[in-house]
Amino acid sequence: MSKLLSEFTVGESGKIVAVTGEGRIRRRLFDMGVTPGAELTMRKKAPLGDPIEITLRGYELTLRKTEAACVEVETK
Amino acid sequence: MKTFALAGNPNCGKTTLFNALTGSTAHVGNWPGVTVDKRDGVYKGGEKPVAIVDLPGIYSLSPYTPEEVVSRNFILDEKPDGIINIVDATNLERNLYLTTQLLEMDVPVIIALNMIDEVEKCGDKIDASSLEKTLGVPVVPISALKGTGLKQLMDRAAAMPAERKGTAVFKGVFEKQLETACAYYDAEEVSSPLFHAVKLLEKDELELQRKGASAVLEKFGDEDLEAAIADERYKYISANLSTAKVKKTERGALTKSDKIDKVLTHRVWAIPIFIVILFFIFHFTFSENLFYLNGFTEEQAWMPSLIDLGLASEVDGELQYNNFGVEILAIFYDGAVYSPGVILTNFLNLFLDHISGGIVTLMENDGAAEWASGLVGDGILGGIFAVLGFLPQILVLFLFFSILEDTGYMARIAFVLDRIFRRFGLSGRAFMPMIMGFGCSVPAAINTRTLADEKERTATIRVIPFFSCGAKLPILTACGGALCAMVGMTNVDVITMGMYILGIVSAIVCVLLMRNTTQKGETPPFIMELPAYHAPGFKNLMLHLWDKTKHFVKKAFTIIFASTVIIWLFSHLNWSWKYVADEEMNSSILASLGMLVQPIFTPLGFGSQLGAFGWVFAVAAITGLVAKENVIATFATLAACITALGANVGGIDIPDAIAGIEGIEEATAMASATGITSAGIIAFIAFNMTTIPCFAACATAKAELPKGKFKWTLLFWIAASYVISSMVYTVGEWWWTLFIWLAVIAAVTTFIVLRNVGKFDILKIFKRKKKDGEA
Repeated sequence: MSKLLSEFTVGESGKIVAVTGEGRIRRRLFDMGVTPGAELTMRKKAPLGDPIEITLRGYELTLRKTEAACVEVETK
Repeated sequence: MKTFALAGNPNCGKTTLFNALTGSTAHVGNWPGVTVDKRDGVYKGGEKPVAIVDLPGIYSLSPYTPEEVVSRNFILDEKPDGIINIVDATNLERNLYLTTQLLEMDVPVIIALNMIDEVEKCGDKIDASSLEKTLGVPVVPISALKGTGLKQLMDRAAAMPAERKGTAVFKGVFEKQLETACAYYDAEEVSSPLFHAVKLLEKDELELQRKGASAVLEKFGDEDLEAAIADERYKYISANLSTAKVKKTERGALTKSDKIDKVLTHRVWAIPIFIVILFFIFHFTFSENLFYLNGFTEEQAWMPSLIDLGLASEVDGELQYNNFGVEILAIFYDGAVYSPGVILTNFLNLFLDHISGGIVTLMENDGAAEWASGLVGDGILGGIFAVLGFLPQILVLFLFFSILEDTGYMARIAFVLDRIFRRFGLSGRAFMPMIMGFGCSVPAAINTRTLADEKERTATIRVIPFFSCGAKLPILTACGGALCAMVGMTNVDVITMGMYILGIVSAIVCVLLMRNTTQKGETPPFIMELPAYHAPGFKNLMLHLWDKTKHFVKKAFTIIFASTVIIWLFSHLNWSWKYVADEEMNSSILASLGMLVQPIFTPLGFGSQLGAFGWVFAVAAITGLVAKENVIATFATLAACITALGANVGGIDIPDAIAGIEGIEEATAMASATGITSAGIIAFIAFNMTTIPCFAACATAKAELPKGKFKWTLLFWIAASYVISSMVYTVGEWWWTLFIWLAVIAAVTTFIVLRNVGKFDILKIFKRKKKDGEA
């Protein structure tokens, strides 16, 4: 089943299927290792619910829900 | 001399390596046009000295952030003899992504596998020679922090062949497209054709600007090459990593970093913990009552002052210590225990006082004229030392914030607070520079470099002075005290607190205004690495502080030196260029200039309505432009001259509870002599808080702002302070004017909203007319 990263709950993990979004943001995501095929785990949400923190390629990355909505993930 | 460029991800230990290689020869400079730190230094450990250029930390060579463009252009245009690519071995996968891009350039590359000790500590292993074989460039394991492997790294770098052809790690996949694109660039005769070709396939904005480039790209059809190339890069990295990296154990348990993180970014406790940390930072830097040992209020105070102990006495309103030992004791304690920041300040001031006192005595003994010792003592030394006196507190504050940054906590704060800041069109990262503004605008403005978006930076730098700094505190307490005395209150706290809040509210309103008008732009994206927590390196912190000290001292002896001399001259010369003594200051050039500008401040409550002595407020505000401490210092000097003229001073009784505040007598004397109203005093404080900051802050802002933005920033500060203080004055004086202001605010908001949705566009109409005129 695939869903958007912005809809993830804490502790969920999966494999990225597609990355959409406007050029600059998409490129930034690629540069940070958010590419199709990469595995990620949602670590936590900020105290106010947004942004979120994910583990990917062995490090911690934070992004807002609006940017996370560009990432489609296949959940296990 | 050979030149090597250091390139690598942010937070991979690049600065540590740079400092380790170049030692104390490091100096900080700015890139032309772009305000990103670029440093250069010299490595002298090898056979021949080698120049090292530290490029800004980057994740990629894409064209979207100034750091990336700067690094890219440096390598392509300046053609260094080689790139030392620093790679964080604990985060190899993402770090090698940049490496794959650097390898596409026609320049020798050597990889410094940093933090190898950390990897080994976890029991993992990285096979450098196997990595070297796959990548085709030298790979040297190092630890920049411990200084191991550096000699080997530099020796191998020096031994690299002078030429290297770029290689793409995904050559087999896009062979045909790459060939076509390379042929185009070969024909154009640009250097590093392969690098440009790959960037073209990625639909890079900078490449598409080249004539004919988009035609080449069209041949490839609609395929999403950008995603495919990024994917191929990572595929290549993970395929080769599996052979190079040997993991001893699978990490199951929480690491130390995870445990700390759980607490510091806790859903409930994150924000309270942050507030407590901030409180202690400011407490340790500025408090004159450490840990509130002496009680929270005046009534609870129990510690005896040095006078109570019989160790000091008051002579002519000045404290006289019984002996030098007591003078030393006064650095640490006088009626309350001081915080480290205050102790250091006292220590430096004691030292500086003795120097300036010694020089003036020496001059007087040598029979120097009154004007000469006045110029040297009050003008030059007084001015410079007043500013230097702030150095300890600025350094202590900077030290704390550097620690927060080094440990990785700052990034978490951005993560925690981003949601709040987004409402104002900023990202969470803008928080730190703003909070630093409460200490000093100078380090705060420098800290805005962590903001990626230029417009966000501009807006942030402009509102930093609204976060009232340490030097503005005396204005607040002295004028607030005078106000209390006028209305018979006994506590300044409420007024001080109120003024701080006024500053914060002004900052929020101005940011909102700017982000919707001149500094409009989408809320910058927030995609940020959260680095692992680690203990800060002592040596690095000290180098950092030393850098700051050098800059600050240099500034004190240049800008501040010049301005204090000018102010002193104008306040002690009359129009026929004759020396006037302190008591006759009102016949000085400064006084007549003050009277000239006085009417401007009428809507603010301290202008023409104040009569004969009203110009002192204007002069005080203007001298405050040099350094905010000058405002109260000017009051002190001018109050003496007003008293000498026999004006009605002392008509107001100062309540005992607030009599101890420095400058309160002078401020009260000013208020009673000029007959300024309470609303006028509040407006005066508000004006000083929000107007053009001191010289040092202006110079920093000028250096940090994008080119051409500084003059607009000055205008913004003048306009903002004028509007804010006239609002404070008129509403304070005539409450019903509040409705007029509200109506104006509503009208402006409506106008901006309508304009932004495109219903109303005066600017566009105006521009069109201008264009027609030009045509």
